[in-house]
Amino acid sequence: MIEIKNVVKTFNSGGKGLEALKGISLHIKPGEIFGIIGLSGAGKSTLLRTINRLGEPDSGEIRLGGTDVTKLAPVELRNLRKKVGMIFQHFNLLSSRTVSGNVAFALEVGKWPKRDIPRRVAEMLELVGLSDKADSYPSELSGGQKQRVGIARALANKPSVLLSDEATSALDPKTTQSILALLEDINRKMGITVVLVTHEMGVIRQICHRVAVLEAGRVVEQGRVRDIFMKPRSRTARELLSHLPRMSYDADKLPKEPGKPVVSFSFNGGTADQPIISRAIKTTGAEINILSGEIDNLPASKVGSLTVQLSGTQEEIAGALSYIRSQNVETEVIWNG
Amino acid sequence: MGDLTGLVGLLAAPTLETLYMVFFSTLFATVLGFPLGIILVVTEKGGILENEYVYRVLDGVVNVLRSFPFIILMIVLFPLSRLVVGTTIGTTASIVPLAIAAAPFVARVVESALKEVDHGLVEAAVSMGSSPKEIIFKVLVPEALPSLVLGQTLTVINIIGYSAMAGAIGGGGLGDLAVRYGFHRFQTDVLIAAVIVIIVMVQMIQGAGNALARRVSH
Repeated sequence: MIEIKNVVKTFNSGGKGLEALKGISLHIKPGEIFGIIGLSGAGKSTLLRTINRLGEPDSGEIRLGGTDVTKLAPVELRNLRKKVGMIFQHFNLLSSRTVSGNVAFALEVGKWPKRDIPRRVAEMLELVGLSDKADSYPSELSGGQKQRVGIARALANKPSVLLSDEATSALDPKTTQSILALLEDINRKMGITVVLVTHEMGVIRQICHRVAVLEAGRVVEQGRVRDIFMKPRSRTARELLSHLPRMSYDADKLPKEPGKPVVSFSFNGGTADQPIISRAIKTTGAEINILSGEIDNLPASKVGSLTVQLSGTQEEIAGALSYIRSQNVETEVIWNG
Repeated sequence: MGDLTGLVGLLAAPTLETLYMVFFSTLFATVLGFPLGIILVVTEKGGILENEYVYRVLDGVVNVLRSFPFIILMIVLFPLSRLVVGTTIGTTASIVPLAIAAAPFVARVVESALKEVDHGLVEAAVSMGSSPKEIIFKVLVPEALPSLVLGQTLTVINIIGYSAMAGAIGGGGLGDLAVRYGFHRFQTDVLIAAVIVIIVMVQMIQGAGNALARRVSH
């Protein structure tokens, strides 16, 4: 669907070039919600903007369903943009137009016949649950409502891709939830591919299927969301995960008793539902004391993590660990003294 | 001191002349200045039709025209006035220099009003596939409408001031009246009356401009 190959972009600021994107390659599948996450300045928005060429890449290839976006002439590019919706952090609604007028704008640009516009506007407002605000001006709306107008406008021309540039970053947590739920709903119902830029791991966890982590203009890791949540490899991913309200363990508060190693288990998919711990206790005789744990429901699967303290003889402990590993559970010894 | 009816009779014709000059000068200044302002905005660095050459030439022309003191510009433009209206003296003739003096002012007013429009709106419009024409007329101009109205109010008031000066070198209107009676014949009451009419005019236009600007902003 979207194929990004070796995209490079340099900004010129004060005579010296700032390399914002240093050769980025990504493959985004049709119908998926793909997250791009990174700290500020990592280049995530810059990358997103190259997809519809709001920002021109210096080199590289961006294929959107077969067409190389970077080679399009102005008129072709405008036609392509009608099929790529975009929503923004600050909504960017026209203050001179009502809610209806803002959605109609997209349709006017999309060259819809005049008489079809009111019907399509009503349809879109219904989709985002704002039918009663049709005649309000943006200045009379809350942030969440403004973003709903943004979504209605972005989808009016029936795009196959929706680009979301920090669309929930200016919203409070509750509104963020409702906007994400709406995006997920739209993705499921319409099969639209969503590429979403954010700096919040919570957003990725809630709706993304796959994610790429950007660090200083490079993709430092990418893959399924649950894999990155379970085993973040990059510093950025670990740092961003640490901001999530829940953590599987707090390193300072772990009990440190000789001969009683502290181990963290990561379960995924099928293993999260199995009584693996109790079986390990029964078959090896080791004692397993649970320190903390959580199970997350991700869009595609369940992911759990558990931090435990093992006690018993050395054989019992080693036996319990090898049994648990054999059940496809990732184990990490956090402390052993 | 002349009686009141005499004063009113004396003021009536010059007031109409001033209104006539101001109206048509504003109209022609806008016709010239509005597109110029738009071109300045879209061709400037980072604009939707960025073109350094066009921008620098027009920017220079605007600056040069605005540097001329109006009274000098009028004299410089005598040949043009003669070419367009056939004479250099009179109310109609002074519309030519007035319009040309005010056009670069209108251009700057339009330029600064459109520049105030949040760049995010332009970006959103671009992302939807809008053409430059659609961005100008469906985004920039409607979004800048309140500032444009206030800017035009400023233009009209400036033209009223210039028109008084035009009167001094044979353009007619209230300025001409004030100079002829108040200055040359020492009839201070006529001078004061002419100034009062101009003040009232300015107040009304500013009031109307403010009210209109409020109506068009949401």
